Amino acid sequence: MFSWFGKVSFVPYSKVADFAVHLKDGRLMGSLCKKCGYQTFPPRADCPECMSPDFSFQEYSGRGEIYTFTRTTAAPVGFDDIAPYTIIVVELEGGGRLVAWQGESLTEDDVRIGRPVQVVPRVWEKGEEIKVYYTAEQPGTTWNKAPAPHLG
Amino acid sequence: MSRVGVIGAGHGKFGRRSDATVQELAFEAFRMAMEDAGIEREVLDASVIAAVPEYHKQRSVAGVVQEYLNLNPRPTWLTEVACASGSAAIRTAWMAIQSGLHDVVAVIGCQKMTEMETAEILALMGRVGEVQWESIFGTTFPGYYAMFAQRHMHEFGTTHEQMLAVGVKNHHYGALNPNALFQKEITLEKALESEPVSSPFCVYDCCANADGAACLILANEEKARAISDKVVWLDGVGAATASMSVLRRPNLVGLPSAEEAARRAYQMAGVTARDIKVAEVHDCFTVAEIMAYEDLGFCRKGEGGRYIAERRSYIGGEVAVNVDGGLKSKGHPIGATGVSMAYEIVKQLRGESGKRQVPNAGVGLTHNVGGIGQYTFVHVFKRD
Ligand SMILES: [Zn+2]
Repeated sequence: MFSWFGKVSFVPYSKVADFAVHLKDGRLMGSLCKKCGYQTFPPRADCPECMSPDFSFQEYSGRGEIYTFTRTTAAPVGFDDIAPYTIIVVELEGGGRLVAWQGESLTEDDVRIGRPVQVVPRVWEKGEEIKVYYTAEQPGTTWNKAPAPHLG
Repeated sequence: MSRVGVIGAGHGKFGRRSDATVQELAFEAFRMAMEDAGIEREVLDASVIAAVPEYHKQRSVAGVVQEYLNLNPRPTWLTEVACASGSAAIRTAWMAIQSGLHDVVAVIGCQKMTEMETAEILALMGRVGEVQWESIFGTTFPGYYAMFAQRHMHEFGTTHEQMLAVGVKNHHYGALNPNALFQKEITLEKALESEPVSSPFCVYDCCANADGAACLILANEEKARAISDKVVWLDGVGAATASMSVLRRPNLVGLPSAEEAARRAYQMAGVTARDIKVAEVHDCFTVAEIMAYEDLGFCRKGEGGRYIAERRSYIGGEVAVNVDGGLKSKGHPIGATGVSMAYEIVKQLRGESGKRQVPNAGVGLTHNVGGIGQYTFVHVFKRD
């Protein structure tokens, strides 16, 4: 199911594969070490601090601010059809950063370092395959979430 | 501790070498280095080959290079840490000699970058970053450094013009280097007009792929003194790493691996940044050279833009940087680059660099970065 994550999937497997299922349900998940409480985004199954392999998913609000960005004109294979596109690194409330695309609610002028944004889970509408990703949007943007997490 | 010395150096022409295989490129540099050292193959104990395998049609390229150089049955091995593979080869040769296992070792950095179709290159380019969380959004190599550039501009007021001034300098010196891919000067105006790549970068912020090879012959102190009267000593070998994911870096205005590698290399060589008169730094993108000035301690963090604007990295300034043209003008055959950097420093310290000679160059360094700073090697060279 991790193959759902991203426009092009390079690794369709992971011990945190359920991240993609949560994302499809509208939830942005980091990880929490069950032994020492180390919390991180993106999630990882194995704790880098205490080396425990026991973790649970921890929901993130997706609120954050733009840490850096770039508008890419020269795109690699699999992304030429959407170029040019703007990649935004978001510093998340709760710690950690992620790479997202600029969402439609943000104008070119909105894409400035330090500006608050909301990371919104998305399902790719084109094509039959399930593809999930996220975009950086105006603060306060809302989206649908599945009623309750059905995975650990 | 006894020393390891460079007794021979060779460098082939960098560029689109559709006339030669990777082993033929390696041969050019190897032959020059052996002639330079004035030794026969019998003196060599082993070789270390630096190359990044995914660009070559030939799998396990060290084998074909070793055969073509007629070095069988001597041992060889390949080092690979992306664009820093050449410096990793030098480091492992240094280790092999210091351990006493080998006395004289050839280091050959060689790379064919143009063997692949453009589509294959573009596919590889899309997997430069961490592929699980980042590449799936279409991140690219220039894109990552561009995001460092955005932070550098934001935190320190560095300008795109200052970045492009690095390219202008490097082309200025590359025009004088017969081994360089682009042997022509560029102007800031022309650079600013070039096609956008990944904001703020345009084409003239980026180095170009090239084919090429370079070679060093390293020896232990006793052999080096016996064989050569122009030994350049490799007295500091610093190396460090940083997270693969740039998302997990403490900041995006420098490379922590470069700071750490420099600290270790300076300490080992018993020098400080102020002793360095000539440096080869990893200018894969213009901002990378600006960050290198800072990470290496040539100036304080944040002052790199002013450093180039005030021409302090030109010959006659404080530290002459990339006076062979750098990756920007010379081209970047990724496996060869670290060895090419060392070649230039060896020639500079020997006073053999002609029109590009840095006066009174007694201590020099190479700063070779793999990927987006995941690996950095800093090597300090000294003349007797
Ligand atoms: Zn833990």
